[in-house]
Amino acid sequence: MTLELNDPKSLAEDSGSGSVFTAKDRLTAFFETWPPLVLFALFWIALCAVVVAFAPLIAPYDFMAMDLPSRLTPPVFFGGVWTHPLGTDELGRDVLSRLIISIRISVVIAFLSTLIAATLGVTLGFLAAYFRGRVEQLILILIDAQASMPFMIIALAVLAFLGNSLTLFVILMGFYGWERIARIARGLAISANEQGYATAVRDLGASPWRIYSRHILPNIASTLIVSMTLNFPEVILLESGLSFLGLGIQPPMTSLGNMVGYGRDYIQSAPWIMLAPSVAIVLTTLSISIVGDWMRDLFDPTLK
Amino acid sequence: MLRYTFLRIFRALITVTLIVSLAFVILRMSGDPAIIILGPEAPPEAYAAFRSNWGLDQPIWIQYLKFFGAVSQGDLGNSMRDGRSALQVVGERVPLTLAITIPALFLKILIGLPAGICAALYRNTYIDRLIMTVSVMGFTVPSFVLGLVLALIFAVKLGWLPSGGSGTWQHAILPILTMGLIGAAVIARFTRSAMLEVLGQPYIRAASAKGLVWRDVVTSHALPNAAIPTLTIVGFMVGSLVAGAVVVESVFSWPGVGRLLVTAVANRDLAVVQVILLFIGFTMVFANLTVDLLYGWVDPRLRTKQLQAGS
Repeated sequence: MTLELNDPKSLAEDSGSGSVFTAKDRLTAFFETWPPLVLFALFWIALCAVVVAFAPLIAPYDFMAMDLPSRLTPPVFFGGVWTHPLGTDELGRDVLSRLIISIRISVVIAFLSTLIAATLGVTLGFLAAYFRGRVEQLILILIDAQASMPFMIIALAVLAFLGNSLTLFVILMGFYGWERIARIARGLAISANEQGYATAVRDLGASPWRIYSRHILPNIASTLIVSMTLNFPEVILLESGLSFLGLGIQPPMTSLGNMVGYGRDYIQSAPWIMLAPSVAIVLTTLSISIVGDWMRDLFDPTLK
Repeated sequence: MLRYTFLRIFRALITVTLIVSLAFVILRMSGDPAIIILGPEAPPEAYAAFRSNWGLDQPIWIQYLKFFGAVSQGDLGNSMRDGRSALQVVGERVPLTLAITIPALFLKILIGLPAGICAALYRNTYIDRLIMTVSVMGFTVPSFVLGLVLALIFAVKLGWLPSGGSGTWQHAILPILTMGLIGAAVIARFTRSAMLEVLGQPYIRAASAKGLVWRDVVTSHALPNAAIPTLTIVGFMVGSLVAGAVVVESVFSWPGVGRLLVTAVANRDLAVVQVILLFIGFTMVFANLTVDLLYGWVDPRLRTKQLQAGS
């Protein structure tokens, strides 16, 4: 992905060096290839990545540590103190520390789930493209069935019947969006199959496994990565929705939706408990969608 | 057309079968019903009696077929909480859910359609950017966050509306507003891209070239054709009239099907969860089927193309 992200940069530099005008034009050119909104989104994603990697080191307090005397302290600038920049909750736990751990958990779950969905989707999509006929029909029926049910209802039913554990929850989230990826993978694989390079390696005697994994997959990877990127924020929304309802991540663990769910009881007296994770959810999903759309426009030659 | 209709109905039946099978599989995976109902301490004879009573000692495929029979007769067990028929418990909540989802659907269409058409007609102007920015927010702001923020503003700060519960029409305003705004963003985005696609077609240029006023080109050539893809998303929304309110109902403590589902899941009231799962599945399938049939009727290309593809 770093390679692809570098592309527009080198483009920008090229157009800059070719220009006889002043540095101001360079700046304009820079912002044309890197819109400020995209820069901001990338900045937030980078920040999240740092948080995910170093969460326990960054968090000023243990996210479960209670401090009852300083409970419900408002954030700084709203009458609070710098020791708790985002205030504390009803048990005196530091909101910033909880937020940092929550971002980590929500992002890791979304990442693992998207990976599962992508693996499942690409496998089924390729199977449909390879076998065609009955197998393809069966997979298409499964795709249609999945697409016709709101995923939240299926998730709730599974959680009701099977109970909740972190492993089950991640696997369940992994079923979200596989049908879209499968549809895309099937379509791309079918059209890739008809292209020269696939025929060439097939005539050289390569096995189907080799053709699909070493030749077709790398060629359609960029489109697949974009659709995974667009799946990611939706998983965050789904996970936080379920956790908000108290049916996702269970305490003492915390996730963004969980924090909003608990903060909601204090909406009158301490709205910051609910607002801090809400802002984090919105910024994260918004940033990933912006970058995903931007990447799609970049990769999709039909839009140029 | 007849074949197209039959194919669609056949597909819908397969989906229904899959949903019922899903209910059966997760019901069986949830553990031995005898132990769940009787508890782990019951004597072995009680287990045996329970199993033969409910047919649990028969081969799994007979149980599976019997399950289909029971579902088709609406015999879906009793709620574990108050012992009444689960079907009845769910049925009581349906009107309450529809009371907020139907007005919300109208709100979505009333805001979303004009906004999407506007954005497409004024493509790449500040109007388009403004509408699309707001619409992106609709995709990325979770409904519970929007709901709570609306409650914070209109209930806590301004004190104009109640923050939760039901009873008067004022209670319904915030849930309807929350769902309406988010759905409007979705419709606006779909309508915009559908309109842009149509506006780029040669027949629009032809209509302009033969001297039609732009207004007439839009109303009689562009809009009817852009309506087709928009119909799909609206159809999906009609299908999710019952399903779409789970989170919003919980935010505002609105006693509809969604809230019932959440409490039933939390209490593991399996019969109620199962009825809601099947009920929502059937409504979704029915709505999708209706949209598919409407599609074939509105767009003749589709039914012939699909037949040639053999799907």
